[in-house]
Amino acid sequence: MLRIRSRTVAAQQPARPSSRRRLRLPLNPRLIIGLALLTIFVGGSFILPFFTSVDPSAQGTYWKDLPMSTTHLLGTNSLGQDIFWFLVFAIRNSLLIGVSASLGITIISCVLGLSAGYIGGWYERIVVLLTDTFICIPVLPILIVMSALMQGNTSFLMVSLILMAFGWAWNARTLRSMVLSLREREFINTARFSGAGTVAIIAREIFPYVYAYMVIGFINTILYAINTEAALAVIGLSKLDVPTLGSIIFWALNYNALLTGETVWIIAPIVATVLLFLGLFLTSTGYNEYFAYRRGVA
Amino acid sequence: MGLARYIVQRFITYLLVLYIGLTITFFLPRFMPSNPIDNYIAQMQSRVGQTMTPAAMANLRNSLEQLYGLKGSLWSQYLHYMGSVVLHFDFGPSFANYPDSVASLIFTALPWTAGLLLTSTIIAWILGNMVGLVAGYFNKSRTASVLEFFGIVLYPIPYYILALVAILILAYYIPVFPLTPTFLPGAMTLQKFGNILYNSFLPGLTLVLAAFGWNILSMKTLAVATKEEPFVTYARMKGTSDWTRMTNYVFRNAMLPQVTGLVLSLATIFSGALLTEILFSYPGVGLLMRTAAGSGDYNMLYGTIDLSIIAVATAAFVLDLVYPLLDPRIRFR
Repeated sequence: MLRIRSRTVAAQQPARPSSRRRLRLPLNPRLIIGLALLTIFVGGSFILPFFTSVDPSAQGTYWKDLPMSTTHLLGTNSLGQDIFWFLVFAIRNSLLIGVSASLGITIISCVLGLSAGYIGGWYERIVVLLTDTFICIPVLPILIVMSALMQGNTSFLMVSLILMAFGWAWNARTLRSMVLSLREREFINTARFSGAGTVAIIAREIFPYVYAYMVIGFINTILYAINTEAALAVIGLSKLDVPTLGSIIFWALNYNALLTGETVWIIAPIVATVLLFLGLFLTSTGYNEYFAYRRGVA
Repeated sequence: MGLARYIVQRFITYLLVLYIGLTITFFLPRFMPSNPIDNYIAQMQSRVGQTMTPAAMANLRNSLEQLYGLKGSLWSQYLHYMGSVVLHFDFGPSFANYPDSVASLIFTALPWTAGLLLTSTIIAWILGNMVGLVAGYFNKSRTASVLEFFGIVLYPIPYYILALVAILILAYYIPVFPLTPTFLPGAMTLQKFGNILYNSFLPGLTLVLAAFGWNILSMKTLAVATKEEPFVTYARMKGTSDWTRMTNYVFRNAMLPQVTGLVLSLATIFSGALLTEILFSYPGVGLLMRTAAGSGDYNMLYGTIDLSIIAVATAAFVLDLVYPLLDPRIRFR
């Protein structure tokens, strides 16, 4: 469901940026807040692991259920793990999955969407048919079947690959429709009559027009990929011994963190997830505004 | 003539989409390095110890293969699968609840899922669009920014987080609602109806909140754009009231993409209900799928996925046919 939504919002926004006339600064507050949040999360989760020698997922490293203190910033959990370090590694792993799956999806959808829109004919019909089919296939249930078959040995690569294989359709569909309107423009004909090949036209003439949308799509897809993996982990079907934003919540729920009074264990990942997602979302809408401004339409 | 041709073309696409979708779900698990029968036999062996003779084992494997439709070559399996799914809507027996068929189990769970999801999706759509319309139409006012802020914060939050926060606040800190629902057995009475409403409130609330943010943001964007159109300015010059312009002029035109969103989200109820039902232990199709994944009930898993594909494809098909009725500007080509 999230998928359909993020696409529609992103696709509608560049059309009519008339509400943004009051903006004077090229960098708008949304983009600033979003980038600041992202810098904290990305920087923190990738740099901090160099300062610890402890494996956060090893159980029984510390005493169980310690309260917050200077040695354990967020206390320890019922498995004897340090909650703060577990969270840092969780954010890093989730970001890695999100970015890798999103890169794959962006590349597949870009190649298929742009080529189908420009080349047309039978090739376009086949791509459109495939796109329509993949839009109908629900990703989360497919992942559930896969992890049931793998008996909990789902690797991250596998989750990423399935996300890529079943997640490209919405982006490809939107890109194709954007190219359809570009195809008839004068400069494309000029390029064609000057002897430019199909690949050259797509790369040099069409790509610059859609790349801003692709950046927004890329960020939204990171959101989607992190969300799907986390959802799979929360219901206990991803690789649970590796820290991710979902597996930390799974363990907290599994050990009834609420009833045993370990509220930090469950509230910390919730707060981190909300801030990270807000950061990604604000960056994508902020970039959209920024781009509309630069184009001179705002 | 154009109309008939459009419908036929669209219908052929619909059939092709269904065919490719079902084919992919058939082949994907069969190319995996693991297969359900090996898993099941391994499970049996660890349970009973090494007491089975090779002959009994071969016998068991044989009957399991027959049950799962895994007998014969890949090609004959495929024909058999397509035949039973398409012609009889038969996914074979459920493995965890043996003699019951997958189809009958799904149809008992379906009313729960459909009831919960339909109600909450429609409530979220109406509320979200009302808020979004007001925020977009009066987009210069401070109230509009507050309403939009609400949407921006709500929209990117993943569903499971919303559900957990709702459970934390409304079932744990302020225990107004039950942690897990308990439904009264027996025939439908007024009391039972009240009990269902009470137990479904919390999952329903989280679903409404989850869909709310998107509806606000997208309606707001559409309303801001429509408001600037010349026909709305003309209506203002004619002296129509703000209310008339907002409802009859802006809303009627901005509604169409929102209707698409509504229909598509109604069609995704099977995958949409998955997390809700698992987190709240709600007895619908999603919970069925989770238990099936836990117990290795593959027929059930394929049944639910295929049903979901059929629902989305059908919704998209119906939408394409109905759209021109809603929007007279669209012509069949």
